[in-house]
Amino acid sequence: MKLNKAVWALAISAVILSGCSEDEKDASLTDGSQNAASGINDASTSGLNGGSGMSGSDMYPNAGIGPEFSDPNNPLSKSTIYFMLDSSQVQPDFVPVIAAHAQYLVAHPGQRVVMEGNTDERGSPEYNIALGEQRAKSVISMMKAQGVSESQLQAVSYGEEKPVAAGHDEAAWELNRRVEIAYQGK
Amino acid sequence: MSFFRNVLLIALVSCYMPSSYAEMTIEITEGVESALPISVVPFAMQGASGVPVDISFVVNADLGRSGYFKTLDKQSMPGHPSTAEAIQFKDWQALGQNYLVIGQVVEDHGQYNVQFQLFDVYKGQPLMGYRMTSTAGELRKTAHHISDLIFEKLTGKKGVFSGRIAYITSTREGRKSTHKLQISDADGFNAQTIASSMEPLMSPAWSPDGRKIAYVSFEKKSAAIYIQTLATGERVRVAEFPGINGAPAWSPDGAKLALTLSKDGNPDIYVLNLNTRALTKLTSSFAIDTEPTWSPDGSSIVFTSDRGGKPQLYMMSSQGGQEKRLTFSGNYNARASFSPDGRSLAMVHGNGSDYRIAVMDMATKALNILTDGRSDESPSFAPNGSMILYASRKGNASYLSAVSLDGKMQQKLVFDSNEIREPAWSP
Repeated sequence: MKLNKAVWALAISAVILSGCSEDEKDASLTDGSQNAASGINDASTSGLNGGSGMSGSDMYPNAGIGPEFSDPNNPLSKSTIYFMLDSSQVQPDFVPVIAAHAQYLVAHPGQRVVMEGNTDERGSPEYNIALGEQRAKSVISMMKAQGVSESQLQAVSYGEEKPVAAGHDEAAWELNRRVEIAYQGK
Repeated sequence: MSFFRNVLLIALVSCYMPSSYAEMTIEITEGVESALPISVVPFAMQGASGVPVDISFVVNADLGRSGYFKTLDKQSMPGHPSTAEAIQFKDWQALGQNYLVIGQVVEDHGQYNVQFQLFDVYKGQPLMGYRMTSTAGELRKTAHHISDLIFEKLTGKKGVFSGRIAYITSTREGRKSTHKLQISDADGFNAQTIASSMEPLMSPAWSPDGRKIAYVSFEKKSAAIYIQTLATGERVRVAEFPGINGAPAWSPDGAKLALTLSKDGNPDIYVLNLNTRALTKLTSSFAIDTEPTWSPDGSSIVFTSDRGGKPQLYMMSSQGGQEKRLTFSGNYNARASFSPDGRSLAMVHGNGSDYRIAVMDMATKALNILTDGRSDESPSFAPNGSMILYASRKGNASYLSAVSLDGKMQQKLVFDSNEIREPAWSP
């Protein structure tokens, strides 16, 4: 009788992750009905978080901040900076876009932005997290050089985890190597 | 940080996934020529309510999938003996079979008494026999255990059929994705979700005792590292610094976690003592340092760094000190993983636009490229060191694959979920 009776594997219980819970023990619920109920609540909440609602919000994600952010003639309407393969260097095309955002942030010192760094799907996921952060920090350092306060700027890297283009070819990869300038409180 | 909290909406789906969700099919894409012919005869079943799992079917699939055995389908068998006396060895010899497995399952008030015997067909002699008791829920586990016993008896290597694999799945609907950390049996059955989020989950890492999993979660819209106890579902947040909290790797004694933090400006390797919570900084280059992994003796850490311009692997003492570059071939070598004996180092090897799994002989530093995909990632050794599990992609399909250390044997494990990545084989 050599069967391993530990069978921990069979005892694995599903866990509820709560985005707001500070107490990690509360995160684990064992009551099935409670789980089902909170599942519905959270699902609808995240539906609100998904944005959309207003048409055009995809094209101008910061439109809620002010009218200039959805004016196609205003560089503030552009909020995505694209990068070359395996590079975190800002291309010349995007310098005016970053300058426009920097100018706005200098004029609105209470406004905060998160630079969301992203990569394409190739290579190792954790290395891509680091690469995405470098991209976000490239944009941040350009903004700081133009007088934006450090307290207004934060970098988050999602690496290859949040592609905007679902394909698996160069056309999709180009769109996914990016930093999104996300205004907070929009 | 507090202003970020204010804008956090709950982006997490809570869910309770009781049992098998992602089922899997396995294709052997390449097998060894010297595969041993073996017949696993359908086990005789006795009992009022039947047997919920076809044990001999599972054993047959395990052995066939390993690539070490060539199995015989039951229609081609000359008979279905379930006792030693009933075996006509000459018939099996005539079919070129080397080995024969027979067995019985007897149900008794919800308990199952399982016995099996392994025979050498040419000698007509038993090589091994076991009797075991199982509940209905444990029958698949019992079957995998039988496979392990047969495998070890005939190959001399420890079987890995009883192992488990952890992996991340992502299902995309419109602009939203659901990310799950799942654990299944090594054959993909009994998949269970242990964490689920609308934000990315990454980098599952088994504790050396197999009881806990460390992973990265973006559920708060920034990265944090959690350790979750599998039996209870309880979890503890162990790292939530500004910036990157990534790439957790357990020390072989389970007392420490190597990880990547960028709180001081750029990504560096740290070691967190899980008992004292003391944090030690191991690297401090101006480049990316990430993806630490421990040598099996705990003395060294290998990590990925782009300090030379491109990502390459470096090694240093786990106490800190001098870093030494390990890889020089190819423009991309990352995400190292040691074999259990410490003699080999698996990695993602990129040359041009292809990313493949390669293995380095630590003694000679010779690099051997094992796979031929375009996007092969996240190598993880089987606990017996014979196979490397990794994530692969072809077109829109993502799947897990396993390749033998010599590259001669390959299996493809296809799940039905949209995206499957970052596999980790349990210890």
